[in-house]
Amino acid sequence: MTAQDPMAFATASELSAMLAEGKTCSVELTQYFLERIKANDDHINSVVTLCEEQALASAKAADQRRRDNSHTALTGIPLLHKDIFCTQGIKTTCSSRMLENFVPPYDATVVQKLNEAGTVTLGKTNMDEFAMGSSTETSHFGLTRNPWDTERVPGGSSGGSAAAVAAGFAPLVTGTDTGGSIRQPAALCGITGLKPTYGRVSRLGIVAFASSLDQAGPMTRTVEDAALMLNAMAGHDPMDATSAARDDEDFTAGLSGSIQGLRIGLPKQYFSSDLDPAIASIVRSALDELVAEGAELVEVDLPLTHHGIATYYVIAPAEASANLSRYDGVRFGHRCDDAEDLTDLYLRSRSEGFGAEVQRRILVGTYALSAGFYDAYFKKAQQVRRLISDDFHRAFQDVDVIAGPAAPGVAFKFGEKAADPINMYMEDIYTLSVNLAGLPGMSVQAGFHAGLPVGLQLIGRAFDESTLLRVGHRFQLRTDWHKATPVLNGGAA
Amino acid sequence: MSWEMVMGLEVHLQLATESKIFSGAANRFGAEPNVQACAVDLGMPGMLPVLNEQAVRFAVMFGLGIDAQIGKRSVFDRKNYFYPDLPKGYQISQFFQPIVGEGVFNVPMPDGSVYPIRITRAHLEEDAGKSVHDAFAGQTGIDLNRAGTPLLEIVTEPDFRTAEQAVAYLKALHSLVTYLEISDGNMAEGSMRCDINLSLRPTGSDELGMRTEIKNVNSFRFVERAIEVERLRQQELLEDGDRVTQETRLYDADRNETRSMRSKEVANDYRYFPDPDLLPIEIDDDYIEQIRSNLPELPEAKRLRFGEQYALSSYDAAQLVSSRELANYFERSVAISNEAKLTANWILGDMAAAMNKENLSISEAPVDAEALAGLIQRVADNTLSSKLAKQVFEGLWAGEGSADDIIKSRGLEQVSDTGALEQMIDDVIAANPEQVAQYLAADDNKRKKLIGFFVGQIMKASKGQANPQMVNELLLTKLNNA
Repeated sequence: MTAQDPMAFATASELSAMLAEGKTCSVELTQYFLERIKANDDHINSVVTLCEEQALASAKAADQRRRDNSHTALTGIPLLHKDIFCTQGIKTTCSSRMLENFVPPYDATVVQKLNEAGTVTLGKTNMDEFAMGSSTETSHFGLTRNPWDTERVPGGSSGGSAAAVAAGFAPLVTGTDTGGSIRQPAALCGITGLKPTYGRVSRLGIVAFASSLDQAGPMTRTVEDAALMLNAMAGHDPMDATSAARDDEDFTAGLSGSIQGLRIGLPKQYFSSDLDPAIASIVRSALDELVAEGAELVEVDLPLTHHGIATYYVIAPAEASANLSRYDGVRFGHRCDDAEDLTDLYLRSRSEGFGAEVQRRILVGTYALSAGFYDAYFKKAQQVRRLISDDFHRAFQDVDVIAGPAAPGVAFKFGEKAADPINMYMEDIYTLSVNLAGLPGMSVQAGFHAGLPVGLQLIGRAFDESTLLRVGHRFQLRTDWHKATPVLNGGAA
Repeated sequence: MSWEMVMGLEVHLQLATESKIFSGAANRFGAEPNVQACAVDLGMPGMLPVLNEQAVRFAVMFGLGIDAQIGKRSVFDRKNYFYPDLPKGYQISQFFQPIVGEGVFNVPMPDGSVYPIRITRAHLEEDAGKSVHDAFAGQTGIDLNRAGTPLLEIVTEPDFRTAEQAVAYLKALHSLVTYLEISDGNMAEGSMRCDINLSLRPTGSDELGMRTEIKNVNSFRFVERAIEVERLRQQELLEDGDRVTQETRLYDADRNETRSMRSKEVANDYRYFPDPDLLPIEIDDDYIEQIRSNLPELPEAKRLRFGEQYALSSYDAAQLVSSRELANYFERSVAISNEAKLTANWILGDMAAAMNKENLSISEAPVDAEALAGLIQRVADNTLSSKLAKQVFEGLWAGEGSADDIIKSRGLEQVSDTGALEQMIDDVIAANPEQVAQYLAADDNKRKKLIGFFVGQIMKASKGQANPQMVNELLLTKLNNA
């Protein structure tokens, strides 16, 4: 299999056109990608569950829909789901021993909506356990390798999703982003990853990590595909109280518009001396392309940027500590053998079922909520969160989009940061403030440093994904960075 | 030393909503285990709560019913603790900003007075499931049907000094929530569960003593007993120079004692924080006014009205308004008979006794308001003596038709015909010359006793149908002229 393989790296839009023209059918596409995954994923380990039978059945149904002319643009397009989305009848593990054998009796709303659009689910992708991590090293099912350099991490927590897109295993993959978990792996794997505005996409059926921050989004080869996929994923869900009650939008509608006169804000804190100069230079070159399209660059101030990490690492673990209490060995999930009593059942089921990083965050969150510490930690963090949000709001009075790096560096080597949680947490310094403020953010492939992808992050006003997508699409019309593909050679890096 | 008892009550009231507070599962009592629990109630991964508006409406109705502050913005919090019948490992409750704030509840006491209780707050929360300890040997079963049932937790200030006040409060609360139709208030089925916080202090002291909490007492009678035994237990401890341990205690009705459930000395840390899955409840004035304008007449207002409109004693009025059905029954019956006092006496006397005996509520009783009015009309117009009326009532209860039907079929019409009565009196006087002589020789005091003998004989002769008042008058005239 080579990088030139036209089908592997085709976009969903291209495949959709081929389907429409009858040049291929969904069954053929599905078989092709299933075979490609089976042939190439042993070393990458981006896919944890492959569901061949269901996929082929869905593909047949999709082909029928196309014949019946009752299809959407995505009908028949193969897709992978991050293993955090509940899929009816298909194991949903969150890459945890705790849910190793969990088969949900329901679909997440996102899964249901994509099924209704006619996409074909090939399988589920690897991730950091319960989405807690920035490298996919905390998965119970082994680490995922970055297709650009298999000695390096793909980022996380949606590392399996990002690696799968980069490796040409599926044109469309779902991800979730609580503090950068779509954008950072998208940057490290050289793909497009969009975290929509909080509330844009239903959280129902997505295994919760931090409820006030979690948001699902598309991970694709192109911005155009991201817009197509968001069309299918977004929308009000009355079963999710935090889902925004807004009319459906067509995110592809404004894609080809001009960005003439668009004001792009560059937070001075994002381009400080902390940023690797090589990354800074690539991001600046990308911005020059946008200037050439008529955009204007403006410096903006986000003074609390550096408090983002501390704020996030109080709020997210606090919410997680409660969200993960349901895994107690009583009704579902891992249960220890031969519990002596109730306390033993709880202690051993949870100690055996959760990995070290998950346990660390449960402990941190429990501590932050404890009597006597609540005001100093959780309440304070909520207050700072509000101020961070206010900073963005102020900046957006002057600019239309904020731009910067998606991650502080390129993909790092396995083990390089795993032993140092704080260093690992720094991976999300440019992304997690966006979650705290609930804003949409997107990473697009902007160039290479030492042969490894670098992402440009674009941040928008709440519910203004359209502007982000327009800027990103304009960039991809001007540049070819997103067309670069890694060579899969079976792991001999 | 004499001791003063101080109590505050916490009542968990199950709200009679169609579905659960955060899911679409049915909210009913008594189904097979775990058939009324959906994925949300089971705390399955990825499931989310969606607030049931009816629960909010019911909470606001309660708040307005006690003239309390309604929180314009209230927030759901997570109360974190592990227990097998708590599926999510946290209970969704309201800790920081409850939906109902301070209010005052005027409790009618048995002596006709009113005892005001300050309500601290009332908040919405979800019920947990049930642990079933006796169904499987050596194992505990979990029934999650109850998980997610909406609860309103109503907390009072420590305003109670006697068990009687506590019971009166609970009865009044029961009456209020059934008037509002927000709960069936059934204590035995757990729709209304009471926790009692109880402490003693030397009489005259302003400080509160160490308290214990008695959990889940499930009838008015047990509340009274539990308070009494706990009061005695604490008093003994204090008089022996020991201290009361702050703890949760369980009342064992079979042994009539409280015993320690768990110590609260190491306070549970529930790590409350706002639930990020739910938005704050925002309530505007229009919503409150719309609910207020649809409230039924509440027990307190009805009691005052009954006192004035029907000239009833405070006690009778309080008894009649204790349930909405009872009050309606009374008013329907009086509307026909126009005899308020008689009707109250009959409802609170013979009706209540018959209902108690067969354990029926007023709506289940075989005598409806119209039938009772029919009986009362015959009492009022002297067709029936009170003794005969009891027989007619028995006939009504047994379904023998209307009062008039029964009077006819049983031949119970009171004899008020002067001629007939005089004949009977003459016969009795003639048959008892000795007693007549005694009567004539006696003084006024003794005469009063002897007259009873003659009346008894006449009533016997008339099979109880003689009009007693007329018998008395005619008899006196005849004897005095004998």
